[in-house]
Amino acid sequence: MRPNRFIQGSIHGFLRVLEHALESEELARRNGLLQSLDPRVKLLGILGLIVAVAASRRLEAIGGVFAVACVLAVWSQAPLHTLATRVWAGAFAFTGAIALPALFLTPGRPIWRLPVFGWAVTAQGLRGAIYLISRVETTATLSVLLVLCTPWAHVLKALRVLRVPIVVVVVLGMTYRYILLTIATVQEMFESRRSRMVGKLEGRESRRLAVATAGVLLSKTMQLSGDVYLAMQSRGFRGEVYVLDEFEMRFRDWSWLILFFALGAAALWVGR
Amino acid sequence: MHIPDGYLSPATCAVLYTGAAPFWYVALRRLKRSLASRLIPLLSVFAAFSFVVMMFNLPLPGGTTGHAVGVSIAAIVLGPWASILAISIALFIQAVFFGDGGITALGANCFNMAIAGSLVAYLTYRAISGKCPIGSRRRVVAAGVAGYLSINVAALLAAVEFGIQPLLSRDASGAPLYAPYPLKIAIPAMMAGHLTVAGLAELILSAGLVAWLQRSHPSLLSATAPGAAEAGDGAGGFGWLALRPLVTGLAALMLITPLGILAVGSAWGEWSPRDLTNPAVRRQIAAVSSNQALPPRVPQGMERLSSVWTAPFPAYAPRFLRSPSFGYFLSAAFGAGLILLAAVAGNWVFARQRRSG
Repeated sequence: MRPNRFIQGSIHGFLRVLEHALESEELARRNGLLQSLDPRVKLLGILGLIVAVAASRRLEAIGGVFAVACVLAVWSQAPLHTLATRVWAGAFAFTGAIALPALFLTPGRPIWRLPVFGWAVTAQGLRGAIYLISRVETTATLSVLLVLCTPWAHVLKALRVLRVPIVVVVVLGMTYRYILLTIATVQEMFESRRSRMVGKLEGRESRRLAVATAGVLLSKTMQLSGDVYLAMQSRGFRGEVYVLDEFEMRFRDWSWLILFFALGAAALWVGR
Repeated sequence: MHIPDGYLSPATCAVLYTGAAPFWYVALRRLKRSLASRLIPLLSVFAAFSFVVMMFNLPLPGGTTGHAVGVSIAAIVLGPWASILAISIALFIQAVFFGDGGITALGANCFNMAIAGSLVAYLTYRAISGKCPIGSRRRVVAAGVAGYLSINVAALLAAVEFGIQPLLSRDASGAPLYAPYPLKIAIPAMMAGHLTVAGLAELILSAGLVAWLQRSHPSLLSATAPGAAEAGDGAGGFGWLALRPLVTGLAALMLITPLGILAVGSAWGEWSPRDLTNPAVRRQIAAVSSNQALPPRVPQGMERLSSVWTAPFPAYAPRFLRSPSFGYFLSAAFGAGLILLAAVAGNWVFARQRRSG
């Protein structure tokens, strides 16, 4: 193992999450199509499209929804290169690696033979791999669009429309905040360790450091939980939760909700 | 192990959401009752901890690295119900905000990791640790085994969910619509990585964290250790008194070992050179091996190597005994005795090292 690869890798991972969160907040403030819609419309509409893609049995239907997702991204000022690097490339590499052996392992009509090895690519294997990759790319694009174009707090409040218990909505909102705080804490712990280190950290020492860091983080977490509870009590919290529901549906929101459902229904009908 | 959207059919996703819902409901009700207003901060902060721990790139023996899920440590510190909710919340945020795992597959991911993982981890930890003191090394072993088992059970469930997709959904041409591999490929492919890298990462994190908590914050381990002494003597070993039920079970198993004589024929793949020269046994072997023809003679390597070591109790039947039942029982007692002796010796050496260190 390279010296301190584990510390370096962990710090990079934490920074990526913070960067991701900041970028999402910045995009959610832009003046685009999805940003201007009621969060409940976006949540229900995009969820409807995801379910339609999951249920479609034809590639044309999945491809159609993917095209709709790209149009929505452009209208919402979500840069396509961000989608390409953050979603499409990653999903393609991961799912492609999983789907690749299916080209040869799925029984069916051979359409091509791999030179040298002589393994046969079957029509059914190729089709199965395309189904998998296209479905993953489309659903990942849609879910990323929802998060990129909606502040996280609004996504959570919109969950109430799906009858998610209010206590769960509040816990999700607080968890998100404490994730960012915990990441900042653990990043500082790793940075301080790195700044005091000379030479190579062996595997056993790296493991000891990782476990000790997780242990300290766990202790801090439990202490933080107590502190947060006391702070909530001091502000009058007695166990009842209320969420301000400031959303208001306009004519435009209703129109887009109908359009989303119409697109989902069309995808389901074409892909039946 | 985070299943993305598109790998599972909507029917599978719906079934797993439905399967997960009662656990979420019961967990929420139980925690509301027991924690009341403490529920929200505890769950929020612990879910955040689980999320961050999942990002730890743990260095593993051999130079590789792996990510742990942290489900067993959540089950050990919080108990199974709070762990189900905390891990589910962390998985929801991973899926929705960070695109790690799908939205339609969230029910499946929660069912595999948060629900099955938490319950397996908790039950394994409680079963192995029993009522031994908080500071006992047995708790460290229990946490490691709980972590290893929980992650592998979760992976097995995910593999089964993948593996049944080609049976459930194909298009008109016969192409699989979702995860394309059948069970016989999905299970080995999934388990290979989890029995080695991911399982090891979970084992190291769980066992290491429990050992760390024993030294630094033993009170955090008391929620799932009813009846245990608050601070135990780490060098005290595994608490042999607490092992009494296990020893009783082992003795009962030894007493019924002669049942093994009732089984006829050899275990598949455990044939001796003599079996391969006996025509009746050859017919049996061919019948249980899809009628594959056996080599006409005993393979040379097998013949040569089989005589390298002659066991003192061949076929669990010591030569000096006439009764096969008693021979079987004696072999079981001898084998178990050797294992216990090795465990006692290992424990003694370890305790000595600790004292001198």
